[in-house]
Amino acid sequence: MTRAAPPWVCGLLAAALAAQLAWHAASRPPRAAGEALPPAPAAGALRLAAFGEAQAASRLSMLYLQGYDLHTLDYARLTGWLRALLELDPRGQYPLFAAARVYAEIPDPARSRRMLEFVHEQFLLDPNRRWPWLAHAALLAKHRLHDLPLARRYAAAIDRHTTAADVPLWARQMEIFILEDMNEVDAARIMLGGLLASGRITDPGEAAWLKQRLEALEARR
Amino acid sequence: MPVATLARSVLLEARRGGMPWLAAASLALGLGAAAFLSQVALTDAAALQLAVLAALLRACAVFLIAAQVSAATLREIQDKGLELMLSLPLSRATHYLGRLAGFAACGVALAAIFSAALLFWAPPLAALLWGVSLALEAALVAAAALFFAMTLSSLVSALAATAGLYLLARAMPAIQAIAATPLPEETWAGRIARGAADAIAFVLPRVDGATRTEWLVYDTPAPGAYAAALGGLALYALLLVAAGLFDFHRRDA
Repeated sequence: MTRAAPPWVCGLLAAALAAQLAWHAASRPPRAAGEALPPAPAAGALRLAAFGEAQAASRLSMLYLQGYDLHTLDYARLTGWLRALLELDPRGQYPLFAAARVYAEIPDPARSRRMLEFVHEQFLLDPNRRWPWLAHAALLAKHRLHDLPLARRYAAAIDRHTTAADVPLWARQMEIFILEDMNEVDAARIMLGGLLASGRITDPGEAAWLKQRLEALEARR
Repeated sequence: MPVATLARSVLLEARRGGMPWLAAASLALGLGAAAFLSQVALTDAAALQLAVLAALLRACAVFLIAAQVSAATLREIQDKGLELMLSLPLSRATHYLGRLAGFAACGVALAAIFSAALLFWAPPLAALLWGVSLALEAALVAAAALFFAMTLSSLVSALAATAGLYLLARAMPAIQAIAATPLPEETWAGRIARGAADAIAFVLPRVDGATRTEWLVYDTPAPGAYAAALGGLALYALLLVAAGLFDFHRRDA
């Protein structure tokens, strides 16, 4: 049979537990809202701190970054952090996902442009893996920023720099449709005609649809 | 006085068990690492030495105390030494508190030696404040290790539980900050995760605010912040002592 603890010990335990809870409730939260993001460490320093677990450290650091208030975040420091995390784990998609889908989608055009430029810069380092984020950047430039030349620059970069077979044609054709939107009908027509003539389109349905578009462009001349 | 006698026996066992040599080895390791890093530093070499040495010595003090308490307590239980001690005309509280006092004194001795080594680089007041904080932190770890060693039956379990509690407490502020992420669309799972992190933090000590290297490298802490950091440690140590006494009184032998 289990022995019973004396009443004074039970009382001490209850009082100590209550005091711990009260103390914790009264103490300052771990991080105050609006606290500034510190400057980004070098990728080498992060690698040292990661003890060889670069992939885990990169993802945990992204969670750390997410803890900062989006509206007061210093984007110069933020891009420094994202750059260092991509250098730590170059195949990781999280930093670019956050850059394109979270940090670039804020209603501040200047900061949004800065993040889109960061996505473009990082895309050039590994186009075949990072094109989806630049494609999203092109859409943001077109629909959110209404900056068609910028959207065209991103779309053109995807077409020119990607070489992998698994990059879908819609991504490579983005520039044509942006040119259409820019009323650059001749340029769009030449690009579309060139694409059809190159034989890169093997799907008959897609080829037919593109031919239709080409005819529509010819009719607009 | 029985508590003092028990505490002295614990200290004696630690001395005979090689604790002074382990403390000396920790110092040698810390000094060696600091000396090496200062040779490759371009600037700020003294601060680098101090920061590395302080961080290493803090980790060594916590590990040595946890290992000493767990190993000594479980050896006594397995050798039936505890049963023999309990047959003496002493209260269980005296047994428990006497042992804990001995282990806490071990922690104080380690903190004194380690903070004295920092005097070569840090101002005396900063080293003193850091040392007092380390002593209290070591006492808290001793209380946690004693509680787990009395409750769990193996050395590995007791050490793992102590290390887990300490590391979780050190990491908890970062975990809470991550959990408080303002996602555009918060889900129920997100709310539950944040609530769970906050709830766990309530029953953990705030060791992140204690024994800070920045006190040595930059400025000594503000009196209020220092008192709050030490008060939090003392309070949690009291909670562990109470929990340990409760469990020890309910123990059959």
